[in-house]
Amino acid sequence: MYNFDFEQPANIEEAVAALKDEDALALSGGQTLIPSMKQRLNAPTKLVSLTAIDALKGVCPDGGQIAIGAATTHATVAAEATDYPALAALAGGIGDPAVRNRGTIGGSLANNDPAACYPAAVLASGATVVTNAREIAADAFFDGMFTTALQEGEIITDVRFPIPEKASYQKFEQPASRFALTGVFVAKYRDGVRVAVTGASEDGVMRWAEAEAALGTTFSAAALDDLSVSADGLIHDLHGTPAYRANLIKVLAQRAVEAAL
Amino acid sequence: MTKLTMTVNGRSVSGEVEGRTLLSTFLRENLGLTGTHVGCDTSQCGACTVHVNGLAVKSCTMFAQEAAGADVATIEGQAAADGTLNRIQQAFQDYHGLQCGFCTPGMVMAAAALLKDTPKPTEAEVRHHLEGNICRCTGYHNIVRAIMAASGQDVAPVAAE
Ligand SMILES: Cc1cc2nc3c(=O)[nH]c(=O)nc-3n(C[C@H](O)[C@H](O)[C@H](O)COP(=O)(O)OP(=O)(O)OC[C@H]3O[C@@H](n4cnc5c(N)ncnc54)[C@H](O)[C@@H]3O)c2cc1C
Ligand code: FES
Ligand code: FES
Repeated sequence: MYNFDFEQPANIEEAVAALKDEDALALSGGQTLIPSMKQRLNAPTKLVSLTAIDALKGVCPDGGQIAIGAATTHATVAAEATDYPALAALAGGIGDPAVRNRGTIGGSLANNDPAACYPAAVLASGATVVTNAREIAADAFFDGMFTTALQEGEIITDVRFPIPEKASYQKFEQPASRFALTGVFVAKYRDGVRVAVTGASEDGVMRWAEAEAALGTTFSAAALDDLSVSADGLIHDLHGTPAYRANLIKVLAQRAVEAAL
Repeated sequence: MTKLTMTVNGRSVSGEVEGRTLLSTFLRENLGLTGTHVGCDTSQCGACTVHVNGLAVKSCTMFAQEAAGADVATIEGQAAADGTLNRIQQAFQDYHGLQCGFCTPGMVMAAAALLKDTPKPTEAEVRHHLEGNICRCTGYHNIVRAIMAASGQDVAPVAAE
């Protein structure tokens, strides 16, 4: 790994200022960034750690929504997001205990790994990603594999999830990496159902519109019986073919509806 | 180089580190605490598991400077000063929870974190908790038995099937 300067500011303003340097990067839990720096896929000259900033941490239920600070670890969300059990369960299923003790929601969203779990929750919940500069709707945040609407130096400060009436995340685990081979998050709100799929599309996390329409009419697993997912544009790797993933999307969506009921 | 101070196994320690110095490197190379093993260096195997402020973390996936001022516990601090093994280490010995021993420091530290929060885990909970700790020798069976025994639960005295 190339060397870099390490900074650990105590507030958001200092962090934003420190990130103005070209080649500076934010460091949150490091569970993605450190391995990628070891491989020299990333070589920042400065790392700005966000984990000493108290304003970026915590789970805060507020009326019909729950706000989660960007530097909140997966373990804390699993333990404290009790107002949104499907979200807490998702966080508790990420990686392994040591990864959950360091990895954070902000890092996961900024990274937008095509097989990551949190993007599915954010998209299915129609959550709002709040940064130091603006608020970004989930539908405008994810911009293809490993790409988001974030500008250079912009940091996520918190994520606001409207709490659904019913929800469930079903993850078909890739047992070696523990990421989602495919994962489906279904969230039912009073005004409609949203279905988000991770681990399947070459464009990263996506919604499944036909399922949303069908479940909006009847919220039951059987409502998806007649639907099928096209394999076009789905990921092909040694773990599964596009057709296999297309089938998984439907199976997992049905399991998610059943688990949510 | 930056001067860094933290508490390791109850003792205040300091040393000079670079930005890129990993916690695992600081423990092994600066402090000579080579009980923390680096198996993969890619965040997969858990051999490097230590506790930072009471939480199990992979020390190869944390910079030393992120542990500035923290309370760090490693395998070297688990036995008593006179060398008496703690109950988890003793159970690993009694139940043959190790073969080559490479994964063992991480296994013991992971088990200690589990038993702190869940004093009487089920077998399924033990297996689930060890998902981030890879062992290439034992097949896990005796590791799970050792941890069950260390938690004070009855473990049938039969060999692994
Ligand atoms: C063994 C293992 C198993 C895993 N399994 C899973 C899994 O099952 N599911 C899953 O979803 N993930 C999994 N992960 C990934 C894990 O969840 C990471 O924690 C997460 O992807 C990145 O979060 P982080 O806080 O560690 O971010 P970092 O690694 O610190 O940062 C990642 C990227 O985000 C940027 N960044 C960080 N915080 C912010 C912010 N607030 N604003 C803007 N940019 C920011 C950084 O600059 C960097 O580019 C796994 C990781 C490992 C090592
Ligand atoms: S050496 Fe740290 S996880 Fe393998
Ligand atoms: S005892 Fe050899 S790797 Fe576990």
